[in-house]
Order: sequence, then C-alpha cells, then structure tokens
Amino acid sequence: MNPQLTNPRADEIDAILKRLPFAQTLGMRCEVLGDEMTAILPFQEKLIGNVAIRALHGGAIASFLELTAMLQVFLVSDMPRPPKPINLTIDYLRQGHAKDLYARAYVLKMGRRMASVRAEAWQENRAEPVTALMAHFLVATD
Amino acid sequence: MNDKPKKQYDIAAIMNENINVMRDVVPWANETRFRVTKVEKGHVFGVQPWEDHLVGDPETGVIHGGVITTFLDNLCGMACSAAMTEMRFVATIDLRIDYMRPAEKGRDIIGEAECYHLTRTVCFTRAWAYHETRDKLIATAAGTFAINKARFGGTRPKPEVPQT
Repeated sequence: MNPQLTNPRADEIDAILKRLPFAQTLGMRCEVLGDEMTAILPFQEKLIGNVAIRALHGGAIASFLELTAMLQVFLVSDMPRPPKPINLTIDYLRQGHAKDLYARAYVLKMGRRMASVRAEAWQENRAEPVTALMAHFLVATD
Repeated sequence: MNDKPKKQYDIAAIMNENINVMRDVVPWANETRFRVTKVEKGHVFGVQPWEDHLVGDPETGVIHGGVITTFLDNLCGMACSAAMTEMRFVATIDLRIDYMRPAEKGRDIIGEAECYHLTRTVCFTRAWAYHETRDKLIATAAGTFAINKARFGGTRPKPEVPQT
C-alpha cells in the first residue's frame, strides 16, 4: 500500500481494475485524490462506434460510466467488493470524438441497501459533458 | 409540390441481406463480439456470446453490465433503421437499462429489440436480454433515438456553384 495516499481505498480501486477483464478490455484507469476520483478512458480505435463520423460507441461510453459510478460507490463505502447495478439511465448529450474521455461520479445518496449515483463524461471541456449517467446500485451485502 | 413520389425501400430486408456487414463496420461491436441473427420490420434479434475478456466479476465469471448495454443499445438502434422505408442513421438520445438477474457464466445471451413508435424525428424502442425465453429476463432496456437528416456516406451533397 502506498502510505502517501490519503484514502487507503485508492490502492484497492487500482487492484479491482486490474482484476476486471472487461475494464482491461476498455483500457480505463482511475486517479484518486482523497474521496475524489477521475476515471480516464484513453482513446483506442476499438472504441469507435461509427467509422464514418469517427464517434465513440455509446455502449463503450456507457460501460465506462457504469464502471466509474460503481468504483466511486466502492471508494466512499466500506464494502468488501464493488456493488451490483440495479438500473441505469444514460443521456447522450454530445458526440464522443475520437479522443480521450474523462469521467467523475457523485454519490447522491448512500443508503443502507441502495446507492444513487450520477456520473458525467467529458472530453476537452468539463462544462460540456458528452454523456451523463444516473444509476442505482445494491450496496447491502447480505 | 414535389410530384415524384418518394421511393420506398424495405430497409429490414436490406439489413437482413447484409447482416454480417452491419457488425463489421462497428469496431466496438467487433470487440464485444455480438452477432445479429434476424431482422424483421422494426424488430431485430441478436446473440451476445460469453467471452473471457468481457467478464465483469472475476469471482463469478458473470459478463459485465456494460456489455449488455452495448448489445441492447446497438440492437435498439438497428430496430429503428429496420422500421423505416428510407435509409437513415439514428443516434441514441437516452437509454435506460434494468438489470433483473446476472447472466450465467459461459452461456450465450439472446437479445431482442423492437421499435414500437416512429415519428419524423424520434424513434421509441424497447429491448430484452435473456438466456432462453422472455419469461426469465436478464435485463430490459428502453431507448429513444434521434433520426439523422438524410445524408449519403456521412457527407452532405455539394451545393451547386452558380455560373457567372
């Protein structure tokens, strides 16, 4: 464990990403500062959904946002493993260009059984999000 | 008035004839490896195979939810095109996914999407993911899609240059 990390869960986030085959397929990584986490999806050709306009695939962006939301819940909780998704709604606001994508998630409510999370993904400008996600996760461990 | 009636196409039939091409031109669909199996008017069926590199929980070997999202998003989009009589591309406005139960390790997931209403600008869709029948669902989806303006190959026709 890195003793300089202000949040000891940060190391676990890294370990989870390395253990998840699908996170490796996407090629995403996370940077954690305290309870704040920024997820990064470096651009790769395989993430393209429309070759004519060179746009990222909505499914790839949604997968990235779902993982970001899931890891944010894990980061601010004391759960032994990442939570399971119940449902999610994705708003595609702008076209995702063939560039790196960033995301942050906010836990709006951390309940005993459920967590309500919002996540946003952006490219050059944080104020112009590409995609927004609203998701619910099951956090009860029983 | 335009006296020439607009040519009508059976887009679903054209899609059925080019069923393998539709995936090959989408890199991310190639990565998640799903197949489209049947296209009918406003209705599309597909199969998402279980693959090692799509696992979202290494302890159970269950496929990640994002794979199902990709699969259903794509099928819904195709169901929109399959409901039309002229070739148009669609873009997802929003998509909602409900996860009922985890998909089982090593098993194919069957997907089915339907475009149940179409306006001039928007398509309304729903979709299901399951192993055997719709009685035992893995996930459902509801999505709305914006219909893009008619273009060919992603480029607008060149404007006529007036002769002087």
